Amino acid sequence: MAKVVLVLGDDVSTDAIYPGRFMATVLPGETPQYCFADMTEFNTRLKAKKVPPESVIVAANNFGCGSSREQAASTLKGYEFIIVAKGFARIFLQNSANLGLRTIICPTIEAAEGDEIEIAAAEVVNMTSGARFAVVPLPKARQDIIDAGGLIAYARKKVLEEAGKKRS
Amino acid sequence: MGMTVVEKILARASGQRVVKAGNVVEPAVDLAMSHENAALVMNQFAEIYKDTGLETKIWDPSKIAIIFDHRVPAESSKTATNQKKIRDFVAKQGITKFHDIRADEGGICHQILPENGYVRPGGVIVGTDSHTTSHGALGAFSFGIGATEMAAVWALGRVLNVEVPGTIKVIVRGKLREGVLPKDIILHVIGKLTAEGANFKVIEFHGDGIASMTTSGRLTVCNMTVEAGATSGIVPADEETARYLREEAGVSDAAERVAPDPDAVYSQVLEVDAAALSPQIACPHTVDNVKPVGEVKDVRVQQIVIGSCTNGRLDDLQAAAKILKGRRVAKGVRMLVFPASWRIYKDAMRQGVLSDLVEAGAVVMNPGCGCCLGVHQGALGDGEVALSTTNRNFKGRMGNPNAEVYLCSPAVAAASALTGVITDPR
Repeated sequence: MAKVVLVLGDDVSTDAIYPGRFMATVLPGETPQYCFADMTEFNTRLKAKKVPPESVIVAANNFGCGSSREQAASTLKGYEFIIVAKGFARIFLQNSANLGLRTIICPTIEAAEGDEIEIAAAEVVNMTSGARFAVVPLPKARQDIIDAGGLIAYARKKVLEEAGKKRS
Repeated sequence: MGMTVVEKILARASGQRVVKAGNVVEPAVDLAMSHENAALVMNQFAEIYKDTGLETKIWDPSKIAIIFDHRVPAESSKTATNQKKIRDFVAKQGITKFHDIRADEGGICHQILPENGYVRPGGVIVGTDSHTTSHGALGAFSFGIGATEMAAVWALGRVLNVEVPGTIKVIVRGKLREGVLPKDIILHVIGKLTAEGANFKVIEFHGDGIASMTTSGRLTVCNMTVEAGATSGIVPADEETARYLREEAGVSDAAERVAPDPDAVYSQVLEVDAAALSPQIACPHTVDNVKPVGEVKDVRVQQIVIGSCTNGRLDDLQAAAKILKGRRVAKGVRMLVFPASWRIYKDAMRQGVLSDLVEAGAVVMNPGCGCCLGVHQGALGDGEVALSTTNRNFKGRMGNPNAEVYLCSPAVAAASALTGVITDPR
């Protein structure tokens, strides 16, 4: 069971998740400090470690739209958030799979801050309201990367395979 | 069943006879572009090779392009240090398509690529920047990816696990009226499709309104397709593409033209009557909040921005100078101009375009992206309003969540600079 700590609407841009003015900071270990930096109160709670890992952010359509900046995924991954949204923008969804940030596509999700939810492969159950919402599985191309533990591990395996082929 | 342009490009790049929307392919990459975020790509690239015992060597350094444009000259010691690390990496790996902060080679990546002949019709281009969609203007399949995905491309020379996108066909008919520009077409299209209407799809452009458009205009149109969520935009290569490559990009070999099959399958078809279009404005804080300029009344602006990868080409600056020549930017308004490349800057200088703008009161900056995304120069104050020819108006975009950004064409921006309120240039 996980707790919903933030509920957002449509079109949450990567500028909202990780404002452009912090883009000089790139390394995954350093990006979490600027997570939702313009939502000052939420950012302060995050930095004070008042939001436990595997907390849930619920959003509507087109979450992560805009820039390709990978900081938007790594900053959320830094707090081990689970993002449950009605829909995600393409590059953000790919970046999330690549970095191992959990994203759940749930087109009808309804939840309020403070709700407890249960996430299974096929559905999300809002334990507070009792409502159940179907999950759209991630495209296989992305699931393969997640199953490998992220794109670094996935690509490393391919690189080693190809080096092996060249040698033999 | 026939194929769209992008299906044909992906079929060839992945060594298959036929692919269709939804298939998963691993296309070979013809060009892989990064800017300052190459610093993160380098980090992830090293991670891939960690403990493998293999040498961290780029698969083909001639196919990598790195352009410094996001924070130039460096705004902080952090950026300067990352730029220094990238220079060292470029030298070590033998990367040749490197464009440093220099007036004889520099500029914004999405202008540097086409003007140096790096973009070829029918090719596959990836970039660690969402506006990599721009290069579809020359008939390539060109899309934005994240830094880790780019690191895998550097290692393997192909993009892993790409889903073949579906295609939306947009047909632009008729001729734009005086004072209406290609920017108005794409703003109108984004308003119709919405900010996620083309998510996971490509927008393929057709019609006499596209055929008669210059490559500069097509770059503006394809640049902003990502604002409708599109993986990319694409204009099938034609006579104009061949002309641009020959005359403006120094490419002598014949451009290959990939055309869609007559029975290609489209997920949606949208028709635009260019002749009926008026100047368009994207209002805060989403790019699909688009209205004709006549419906945006009494909006006072403090900052005008002309330039960026979207509208910083010579014809954009000329359109602004034509309106501003011999006149003055209104009191209480500051106007910033960012040419898209140093080549454009120098052409505009020689033609007197820059002096017309400067005499009117505009501040001409060096080519760069910083202002558009609020990382370097041109930040807004609390409660201020900007009118800009850039591509995004998200809350906080121009460096301040307590400010507003409206988007428009260079003609609207110039006309509004004279009045201090959003103004129809006609």
